[in-house]
Amino acid sequence: MNQQTSRNSQEELFPGKPVKSLGEKNPNIEKSHTRGTVFKWIAIGAAGIAVVVLAILLIDIFRDGVGRLRPEFFTEYPSRHPEEAGIKSAIYGSIWVMVFTVLFSLPLGVAAAFYLEEFAPKNKLTEIININIANLAAVPSIVYGILGLALFVRFFALGRSVLAGALTMGLLILPIIIIASREAIRGVPSSLREASMGLGATKWQTVRHHVLPQAFPGILTGTILALSRAVGETAPLIMIGALTFVPFVPGNIETFSDIIADPLALIAFAPMDGFTVLPIQIFNWVSRPEAAFHVAAAGAIVVLLVILLSMNALAIFLRYRFEKKGPQTR
Amino acid sequence: MNSQETRKFRLPLRQYIAEKTIRGLLFGSGLLSIFVTISIVAILVVESVKFFGYEDVTLIKFLTDTQWTPLFADKHFGIMPLLVGTLMVAFIALLVALPLGLLSAIYLSEYAKPKIRSVLKPLLEILAGIPTVVYGYFALVTVTPFLKQLVPGLGVFNALSAGIVMGIMILPMVSSLSEDAIRVVPDSLRRASIALGATKFETTTRVVVPASLSGVVSAFILAASRAIGETMIVAIAAGMNPTLTFSPLRSIETMTAYIVQVSLGDTPVGTLEYQSIFAVGMALFVMTLFFNILSHFVVKKYREVYQ
Repeated sequence: MNQQTSRNSQEELFPGKPVKSLGEKNPNIEKSHTRGTVFKWIAIGAAGIAVVVLAILLIDIFRDGVGRLRPEFFTEYPSRHPEEAGIKSAIYGSIWVMVFTVLFSLPLGVAAAFYLEEFAPKNKLTEIININIANLAAVPSIVYGILGLALFVRFFALGRSVLAGALTMGLLILPIIIIASREAIRGVPSSLREASMGLGATKWQTVRHHVLPQAFPGILTGTILALSRAVGETAPLIMIGALTFVPFVPGNIETFSDIIADPLALIAFAPMDGFTVLPIQIFNWVSRPEAAFHVAAAGAIVVLLVILLSMNALAIFLRYRFEKKGPQTR
Repeated sequence: MNSQETRKFRLPLRQYIAEKTIRGLLFGSGLLSIFVTISIVAILVVESVKFFGYEDVTLIKFLTDTQWTPLFADKHFGIMPLLVGTLMVAFIALLVALPLGLLSAIYLSEYAKPKIRSVLKPLLEILAGIPTVVYGYFALVTVTPFLKQLVPGLGVFNALSAGIVMGIMILPMVSSLSEDAIRVVPDSLRRASIALGATKFETTTRVVVPASLSGVVSAFILAASRAIGETMIVAIAAGMNPTLTFSPLRSIETMTAYIVQVSLGDTPVGTLEYQSIFAVGMALFVMTLFFNILSHFVVKKYREVYQ
């Protein structure tokens, strides 16, 4: 009924023109709907490919490497015989490098973030620092390796040591930590700052006692994610000369009783020792022609991925936990 | 300014000094990033100048010679083979990552239901968080043998496999940056388009994506920069064979892989070969910096601002 009137009125308005009722199929509209559906499925396919590849990658590596995950794999040093080779020195090396990386980059990164968010005046220099940090985050990691080689290994004469590696990694993740910390600081409501300042606190007291505690979970999450990037980095440490065959652990400190027996080694010898890390051990094994070493590499990759996933899970857990709790000072 | 002046008088001296000291320390940390950049540039320039100071090495030859044979007796330092190798792998990677990344971004922001999105996004983040050495293993041990069945004459080390895997690696980055750009397109544009009778497909491809083009293009440029600077995948799967070839089926060497190769070997410090990594590093740094600045420029110049 309704359709009938609309057709009549259209005929009155445009006499002589053929009019299609809404019920009739318009081939143009049909075509564009088909096109739309096809496009949608292509888009789904594109997103799906990424997931499928991720699944293939994980399954493949797990299948190759899981057989190597016996206790000996973790307690043996690398070896010429692929079946006996283990990742002990690589795990110790990774831990050492990460600890020093955090000690170096966390305070500096957070301080820079606080400067830029809370103190920096709006001027040319601040703008330059901002652009510079964005650019540094996009510099290829191997260029940081070149920097570490020339600056820490040679200029500061640290040699091919844990410390040189950690400082290089520290510079590499510094922009990431700064960017993440700034975001966390920006999330702190300004009413908190105003209240603190209104009560007569200085800018630093406000930052120290109110903004920092509020932003801390976010900073922590960002730092863990930045570290998980550093754990997997290979190229810069190859550049600064992390060794590929390391039959020892830094400072020969293997257990906690070793630390008690010789605490000096912890700060004096271990940071200056040669080292290897998990990704370099993997690279070394992958580069060999023997398939048995590829199996060892797959085993080490499984370990590396488990470490990375746990770090990510920890970061997500922390974010979730503190988000639920909400601001603490209310 | 005025309030700071008055505060200065109100604060006890000790506290005033503490406040200023801390402010200075924080400022110092802020400046550190600038020193990092200056050190990188200074090191690359100084060491490259030393490299070009050697006999038989000139900038002209470096840029035009078609042979790269630093480890042979007859030394040639023409960056062309490394440059072509780098660009070829990066091109293959972009061929994979750009269409797939943009389409995933469109799907995630325009089509996907919130529930699917909340599953897909973390999966893409996992893909982005996998270390490059793992991708290298994947390219060499899984992808190359698979491609060999499809492409006869494929070498054990080849640019094709490394490029494809690198494309998968940068896909999440393209997808997430493009999605950010697409999501900020205001809904009023979509509604207006739909109201004018456009289908969802037409709205997406002719209104939404063009409106976010500056962000999408800048994501593409950053992806190119990332592909050029990527090291471990090519060092493992593309080979260390600096020949000037345009065939993706053969073993090549990229600039980054060459730097790794020299660092791995026993090349003594201060020799010509050793010095050459700084010149290659300089070329790499300049290229990536160019792309990074270009990407900033695209966003700044062409961004459409909506309210």
